[in-house]
Amino acid sequence: MELVLATAIGVMTGCGVWLILRPRTYQVIVGLSLLSYAVNLFIFGVGGVKTNVPPILVDGVPTSTLADPVPQALVLTAIVIGFATTALFLVVLLASRGLTGTDHVDGRNEPK
Amino acid sequence: MSGWTHHLIIAPILVPLVVAALLLFFDERQRVVKAMISLASTLILVVVSLALLRIESGPNDFDGVYLLGNWAAPFGIVLVLDALSALMLLLTALLSVAALVFSLARWHAVGAHFHTMFQLLLVGLNGAFLTGDLFNLFVFFEVMLASSYGLLLHGSGPLRVKAGMHYIAVNLAAALLFLIGVSLIYGTAGTLNMADLAARIPDIEPDRRMLMEAGAGVLGIAFLIKAGMWPLCFWLPTAYSAASAPVAGIFAIMSKLGIYIILRLTMLLFGEGPSAGFGADVLLYGGIATIIFGTIGVLASQALGRLAGFSVLVSSGTLLMVLGINDGAISSGALLYLVSSTLTISAFFMLIELVERGQDAGAIVLAVTMEAYGDADEDEPEEGDGVTMPGTMAILGICFAACGILLSGLPPLSGFIAKFAMLSAMMGTGAIGVPPTATVWVLVILVILSGIAALISMTRAGIRTFWSSLEGTVPRVLVIEIVPVMFLLFLTLALTVQAGPAMQYMDTTIRTLSNPKIYIDAVRNAAVVPDYDGAASTGTGSK
Repeated sequence: MELVLATAIGVMTGCGVWLILRPRTYQVIVGLSLLSYAVNLFIFGVGGVKTNVPPILVDGVPTSTLADPVPQALVLTAIVIGFATTALFLVVLLASRGLTGTDHVDGRNEPK
Repeated sequence: MSGWTHHLIIAPILVPLVVAALLLFFDERQRVVKAMISLASTLILVVVSLALLRIESGPNDFDGVYLLGNWAAPFGIVLVLDALSALMLLLTALLSVAALVFSLARWHAVGAHFHTMFQLLLVGLNGAFLTGDLFNLFVFFEVMLASSYGLLLHGSGPLRVKAGMHYIAVNLAAALLFLIGVSLIYGTAGTLNMADLAARIPDIEPDRRMLMEAGAGVLGIAFLIKAGMWPLCFWLPTAYSAASAPVAGIFAIMSKLGIYIILRLTMLLFGEGPSAGFGADVLLYGGIATIIFGTIGVLASQALGRLAGFSVLVSSGTLLMVLGINDGAISSGALLYLVSSTLTISAFFMLIELVERGQDAGAIVLAVTMEAYGDADEDEPEEGDGVTMPGTMAILGICFAACGILLSGLPPLSGFIAKFAMLSAMMGTGAIGVPPTATVWVLVILVILSGIAALISMTRAGIRTFWSSLEGTVPRVLVIEIVPVMFLLFLTLALTVQAGPAMQYMDTTIRTLSNPKIYIDAVRNAAVVPDYDGAASTGTGSK
C-alpha cells in the first residue's frame, strides 16, 4: 500500500517537474496539475495510510485506530485553491496566446 | 485589552473582505462610488491598525490572541496580534491608502474590478500577518496571490501578460512547495498551530526531527521565493516593473511578507532547543548573494522600473542577511530598515510613472504604459478633477532626490538612520577590544556598497531624466498623483524625526520575538469566552 502510494506520488511529481520545464504553456499547465495531484496524495499520506477506518470518534474505540481527519480537511482546501489558481493560470495562458500569437512561455517563438 | 476592543483584531481582515464583496454589487460604470467605498475601507484600516499599534505598545500584557469560532488554541484557528504584526498592519494600511489614491487618477479605470481585487489583496496580506496557524497562512497567502495575479494583469498588454504568466507559474509552484512543507511538519509534529508547534519541537524524536526540518526547509523555500532571495528571484524585477504604478506600489509590501514570515517562524520555532539556528546559514549566504545580485542589477538597469525592482532585491537581501546573523540589536535596526525601505520603494514605483510620462523615447516599460493611457484617455472626461501642477518638474525632482537619498542611505532621511542603526550594531557585536568577525565585515561592506550603487544609478537616472530631457516636455501630473508619493516620503521624514520612539518600538518588538515563550504561553492559555448567559459551557448553550 505504502509502496503503491509512494510510487504514484513519485511518478506524478517526476512527470510534473519535467513538464513545467517545457517551453510550451500547455505542457506547463498540465505539469502544474500533475504536481498538485501528487501534493494532494502526499498530504493524504502524511496522516498515515490506513484502510477501513473512518475519521469519526466513537465511544470505547481508542483514538489510535482512527484515521486522522486533519489531512483530509487540508486536502479539500488545497484542491479548491489549486483548481481556482490553475483555472486563473489557464485564462492568462489563453490571453498570452491571443496577444503574442504563440504558445511559447516567453511569447518569443518564431511565428508559424 | 478587553471588551469590544478585542474584536478589533479581526477588523483588518473583515473590513476589506466585506467591502470587496460589497463592491461586486456596483456596476463598473459607478466608478466614483466604488472608489469612495474602497478608499473609506483603507482609511478605516489605517485607523484600526493605529489603534492596534497603540494597544500593543501600551503597558498591557501580551493579550492579542483572538480565538476564531471560540475554539481553544490547538484545535481552532487563532489570530495573534503582537508588536510585529501590528507594525506590519499599519505599514500595509498606509501603503494601501497611498496606492489607492494614486490609482484614482486613471489606473483604476483601465480594467474591471480593480477595487475588489485591491481589497482582497489587503485581506490576504492582513490575514497572513495576523494568523497563528500554518495552514491558515497558506489560505491567506493564496488569497493574496490570487488577487495579486489579477492586479498584475490590470491594464493588460502583451508585456504584462508575459510577466504575469511567469509570475503565476513561479508562485503556483511555490504554493505546492508550501503544501509539501506544511504537510511534512504536520506529519512529524502533529499540529499546525504555530505556538503549539514551537512548544512541541523540543520533544520530537531525533529520527523524525530530520523530516520536520526538511519540511521547514521546503516551507522556507516557498517564503524565500516570495521574499526574492537569489536564485529564486528572477521573476521579481520583471513582474514588478511590468505592473501598473499603484499596483507595484502595493506589491512593495508583498516581498516583505515573505521576510515577515521567515522572521516570525525562525524566531518562534528555531530560536532555542535542539533545532536552534536551523537555516540561519542559508539566510546569511542567500542574503549575501541576493544583495550582490541586486546591486549588480541596480547598476545595470536602464529602465527606472527595473531599477526599482532590483532595489526590492537589495532590500530583501539586506534583511535576509541580518536574519541570518540573528542578533537582537542588528535585527531591530533591520526592522526600521524594513519600514523605511518599503515606504521608499513604494513611493519610488509610483514616482517613476510620473517621471517617465515626460519621456517620449526610451524605456520599454513606457511603451506599455503609453498604450494603456491611450485607451484610458478616450473615455475619461471625469478625471480632470485635479489641476496640472505648475513647477511639476521641480516637485518631481525633489521627490526623486528624496528617493535616491533614502535608497542609498545618505543622511538626513530615515534610510540613513536605519542603515546606521544596523551598521553600528554590527560593529558593536564584538566585545570591547575584540574586532568584529570576518562575516560581519563582509556584511558591513556589502551594505555600504549597495548604498553606493543605488546612489550611482539614481544620480545617473536623475541626470538623464531631469537635466537632459531632449524635448523638454513637462509631464502632465495630477495633484492626486503626486500627493500620495509626497505622503509616503513625508512618512519617512516623520520616521526620521521620531527615530527615537521608533527604534524603541523595534527594540521591544525584537525582544518579545526572541523570547518565544511569551507568544507560546499567550496562545496556549487564551481563554475561551463563556456562553452569553454566563452558564458553564456544557455544549447546550443555544436554546
